[in-house]
Amino acid sequence: MNPLLRFSGWAVLATIFLFLLGPFLLIAAAGLSAGETLAFPPQGLSLRWFHAVFAMDNFRASFILSMQLAAGSTLLALLLGVPAAYGLSRYRVPGRELIRTIVFTPVIVPGIIVGLALLRHAVIPLDMSVNLALVLAHTVLVVPYAVRVVTASLENLRPDVEEAAVMLGATRLRTFFRVVLPNIMNGILAAFILGFVTSFNQVPVSLFLTGPGITTLPIDMLASMEYVYDPSIAALSALMALMSMVIVLMAERLLGLSRYV
Amino acid sequence: MSDVQNLAGSPGFLALENLSLAYGNQMAVENLNLLVREGELLALLGPSGCGKTTTMRAIAGLLAPQSGRILLGGEDITHKSANTREVGLVFQSYALFPHLSVFENIAFGLRLRRVAGDELNRRVMEAVEIVGLKGFERRLPRELSGGQQQRVALARSVVVRPRLLLLDEPLSNLDARLRLEMRSELQRLQRDLGVTMLYVTHDQVEALALAHRVVVMNAGKIAQQGAPADIYERPTCAFVAQFVGFENLFHVRGGRLVGDQGDLPLPPDASGTNPTRQADPPSYALAWRPRHVVLGRGPYEGQVKGVSYLGEAVEYLIDCAAGTLKAQVPTDTTSPTPRFNILDRVPFDLPMADAVALQSD
Repeated sequence: MNPLLRFSGWAVLATIFLFLLGPFLLIAAAGLSAGETLAFPPQGLSLRWFHAVFAMDNFRASFILSMQLAAGSTLLALLLGVPAAYGLSRYRVPGRELIRTIVFTPVIVPGIIVGLALLRHAVIPLDMSVNLALVLAHTVLVVPYAVRVVTASLENLRPDVEEAAVMLGATRLRTFFRVVLPNIMNGILAAFILGFVTSFNQVPVSLFLTGPGITTLPIDMLASMEYVYDPSIAALSALMALMSMVIVLMAERLLGLSRYV
Repeated sequence: MSDVQNLAGSPGFLALENLSLAYGNQMAVENLNLLVREGELLALLGPSGCGKTTTMRAIAGLLAPQSGRILLGGEDITHKSANTREVGLVFQSYALFPHLSVFENIAFGLRLRRVAGDELNRRVMEAVEIVGLKGFERRLPRELSGGQQQRVALARSVVVRPRLLLLDEPLSNLDARLRLEMRSELQRLQRDLGVTMLYVTHDQVEALALAHRVVVMNAGKIAQQGAPADIYERPTCAFVAQFVGFENLFHVRGGRLVGDQGDLPLPPDASGTNPTRQADPPSYALAWRPRHVVLGRGPYEGQVKGVSYLGEAVEYLIDCAAGTLKAQVPTDTTSPTPRFNILDRVPFDLPMADAVALQSD
């Protein structure tokens, strides 16, 4: 290949990576500051704000809530999504494409609108508690990922493998647990990780649904930024981003996550 | 129909009565009647889309019929669910459980039947030995070759002692040498176990070599059924004739052989005789295999349009007044065989002794 062309290819790639990773690098650098205020470039380098994050009590409750919410809503989404994916991929469901589209809408519609709609038309009229509203909203948001990832892994399992189990005497239900489930376990784990990260980092929908005293970590951080000016928020943000990256990279290594999405 | 009469009094082990099957709105099989004897190896032969696989799936219970009945050993199983029919099915794709070892694949059906401990071990190992896979019990399916996977699929199906074993093109994913080997293995297995087998295939050589009886299907109906030799040597309709190699087919009308391009006079030794031995057949057809067309002498003439050397024979495409003929001249090592070149004009003969007479369709 023409060296000039190859060079410009690399340049484009580097620009894209910079564009994607730039904000993270800026925040991480700001968090590494030795100074007292959030600023870029950082005033000297130190890990003091990263240490400070672990010493802070005020984010502990929202961190725990975020973890519980991410785990709970992802499990719920899988309980709904795995049977849905199975039904949609194995049976002739009338209006299958329409159902698929509806399942995927939470991904397509902007979070602000999903959040507002849930608040106005579900949470307020039904007088839901904040916890219930958050769990339901996050479940709705994670279901599309669950359906999509599990569908992809079901496509790797030929339907005649299930028929073979039936011909050997297994009921459809037993076939699902003895044959289908063990073969889509990697897909389910991948869906869990994706769902967990999606829920954990969720901002726009949670913004509408969290209340005083009950809030998720990203929303808590957003609120704190109005009165906290030290680099601890930057350090915490960098830690959160790092956690998501490590989880996704591990999932990619162990499960081949990118095969499913 | 003669088979139905032969079995009168001793009803077929498997009986399909007026079976009609559909995929969506598309009728796949209409009013099919078929009897299979106990211990028989019966081949369902036909081109893709003829309804053979659909029929097999209905017998398995994986497809509900539109109408008609399926009886197994005298019991009506039409509405019985697939997992209680005790019918085995060997898939074209083997369909092994990818997450289970060879041993566990074979043990799957036994475990469902609550066979455990020593008996489970004994029966699985027996099946492993029958199909010649001793030493492979711990392997996963993806660590086996296609032929080995097919053996596991067979062992998995027979270990639960099904009343009937269905095989759906089981050899079509194997290479030619392995196919021959597995074919004789299947025959041996069938002899040893005495299990009734229904074998679905599009390969006429396989069907004729393997089966006790062959049922040829076309467009959702039975075109002909009989012993392999009957099918191969005495086809009764144009479809079966062409399927088993009577590739030169002419309709007989007004004392002439009518092809797709034009016509030829009837062979001299056929004039006045009527090969169907009916007083006044409305219409019939005559067909010849390529190797029965005589080149170099005879009352007809044509022009060589194509030559292919096949090794044991040379195949010629001959243009004549009725259309294009296919002729094969065996290559003989003891006497020089006549050779013809493209565009040569050659006389040829269609000997009546080698013709089959068929109902026109």
